[in-house]
Amino acid sequence: MTTKNTIAVLVNDHPGVLQRVSGLFGRRGFNIESITVGQSEEVGLSRMVIVTIGDKNNLEQIEKQLYKLVDVIKVIDLSSKPMVARELAMIKVKAEPPQRPEIMGVVETFRAAVVDVGTTSLIVQVIGDTEKIDAMIELLKPYGIRELTRTGVTAMIRGNA
Amino acid sequence: MSAQIPEVRSTNELREKWMKPEVITGSEILLRSLLLEGVDCVFGYPGGAVLYIYDAMYGFEDFKHVLTRHEQGAIHAADGYARASGKVGVCIATSGPGATNLVTGIATAFMDSVPLVVITGNVISSLIGTDAFQEADITGITMPITKHSYLVRDVEDLPRIIHEAFHIANTGRKGPVLIDIPKDISAAQTLFVPQTGPVTMRGYNPKVLPNKIQLDKLTHAISEAKRPFILAGGGVVYSGGHEALYEFVRKTEIPITTTLLGLGGFPSGHELWTGMPGMHGTYTSNQAIQQSDLLICIGARFDDRVTGKLDGFAPHAKIVHIDIDPAEIGKNVPTDIPIVGDVKAVLELLNQDVKRANRADAWRAQIQQWKNEKPYSYKDSDTVLKPQWVVELLDETTKGGAIVTTDVGQHQMWAAQYYKFNQPRSWVTSGGLGTMGFGFPSAIGAQMANPDRLVISINGDGGMQMCSQELAICAINNIPVKIVIINNQVLGMVRQWQELIYDNRYSHIDLAGSPDFVKLAEAYGVKGLRATNKEEARRAWQEALDTPGPVVVEFVVSKEENVYPMVTQGSTIDQMLMGDE
Repeated sequence: MTTKNTIAVLVNDHPGVLQRVSGLFGRRGFNIESITVGQSEEVGLSRMVIVTIGDKNNLEQIEKQLYKLVDVIKVIDLSSKPMVARELAMIKVKAEPPQRPEIMGVVETFRAAVVDVGTTSLIVQVIGDTEKIDAMIELLKPYGIRELTRTGVTAMIRGNA
Repeated sequence: MSAQIPEVRSTNELREKWMKPEVITGSEILLRSLLLEGVDCVFGYPGGAVLYIYDAMYGFEDFKHVLTRHEQGAIHAADGYARASGKVGVCIATSGPGATNLVTGIATAFMDSVPLVVITGNVISSLIGTDAFQEADITGITMPITKHSYLVRDVEDLPRIIHEAFHIANTGRKGPVLIDIPKDISAAQTLFVPQTGPVTMRGYNPKVLPNKIQLDKLTHAISEAKRPFILAGGGVVYSGGHEALYEFVRKTEIPITTTLLGLGGFPSGHELWTGMPGMHGTYTSNQAIQQSDLLICIGARFDDRVTGKLDGFAPHAKIVHIDIDPAEIGKNVPTDIPIVGDVKAVLELLNQDVKRANRADAWRAQIQQWKNEKPYSYKDSDTVLKPQWVVELLDETTKGGAIVTTDVGQHQMWAAQYYKFNQPRSWVTSGGLGTMGFGFPSAIGAQMANPDRLVISINGDGGMQMCSQELAICAINNIPVKIVIINNQVLGMVRQWQELIYDNRYSHIDLAGSPDFVKLAEAYGVKGLRATNKEEARRAWQEALDTPGPVVVEFVVSKEENVYPMVTQGSTIDQMLMGDE
């Protein structure tokens, strides 16, 4: 059964690490839906969060193949546990003055924020899980989306684990 | 017979002198570090970006440097050296085209888990990324085909990097490691502190010892099995586990097949050995896999040339997979008993408990019957030379004792089928990648690693022309490889496929225009001989054996001969074309 899986990969913060990891996905025919990288809690290590679509065997192979990379320290299948997953999107939406109150209504409902106001547009910033951001985009589409950028998912296991 | 390869100087005194901390250049650090790792021979080709390294090598005799005529020759030679010795093969090339010429050889070693340390030069650090003259992103290019790679950014890292590279290349599942050294790094100076201690790397800890519970499961499964069968691969040879494997078979009396890369890992004369499995394997091995109820895979990776169609592979068997690489387990074939660990360590532990497979007597008899009824066979001829007969001639006259390297194609399969290997590291062939051009240069490396052994390189007329320039190396260094060319004047394996699968449409396989191989050899100062019938063949081959230096022997063989048995793609391995024997 094909599912969406989120895995966290703790890697050495060496040049080329992102290429090694993403290259491995490409070469082995695994799919990357999103990938985020940044500092981890430890100096010298980065944490990547990768969302990938595949079945149980794919996921097992991805984990095992990742562990073969010398720069990979740890691989955690986050989606097998209760996790918090968030991404951020910025949406530049067309907004002539008459539409603005309506748009602000959508923004407030979603607990999003307007982070820039132009004469004919607004930049809306929204943080949440993928579904929430998808929904926000759907609602803003009728006004005219001029530019859209999403960070991809970053995630963590809930609780003390 | 002994190769006339110049001896390297005794390094003990030098080592003591050199291994004191001292401020030296990156190039000198490289050479001293290689010595520390026990390197006695490197294969290479100089160029602009490695000139500081070659300058440091001027007058340097602590290890031998073999100047090949092409970087591809250098890396295949390093590969042959590693396969035939168990040591790490080392090769050096310059930046850009020098480095990219290594790609085929790196991929070859990667597919077959051969330990190599590949050193490339690069343009000076400040020019990296500017498309400078002879610049190529070789670490980027080779990322998918190396076990690990380094681009050295600071000369101070160099001693650690070299020490780590050798450790990574030759532990766990072995493989090639690339070190790319920018020109300014090889010139820069720093205090060299020799690195010899154990390597600790947080992200690299190969698991050597297996899980005891899984071993017990296997021991139990063996006692239950009625039709147990062993499929052993290259991992047996690489781990040095051949004696433990022999003991395992002696105790359990389970019949055994060895894959192409596993040949020599188990003595071929043993009554429980069934020959190679897979596409050109024996009837017995393929039937045994398909009918087994317990298939014990040891240091092999279920390559598609072994399994044939995966749906329907070993349909009745409980699958046991012993491998040092956890990612191999379950990759192609679902596994019932996974055992992660070094093959030698696993077998030695198993041998403490394991007992004879007592319920398998009828099975053993069945396997003997298949072996007797369906051995490899071909229709011999007195008018034309048959390639299988040529391999049998090589086998009889050398009593299976030579190191044999091959290129890729029909001759490779005939060598695998008809030469009888009885010891490990006697068989050097490109399995996973199937690299033409590999056979001859790999023999140079195998001979460098084993100056006192007979090394025979079996090639087709196609593959020989992919690296024939290395004849110069044999001549100059008097490397006494016996270079056999099985000449059928076509790309034989392609011809076979076109005949059997593409309805006799022989598209672009005629090798007309090949050189006169005897004259080619002579042009390089190597003795050349030719044989077109059995009598000439016996005489020429004996002359080759009696000649102390390198010899090329061309056997002109029948053009139409095919390799049988054959499992065509998309079939299960018990659906075999047996030929018209």
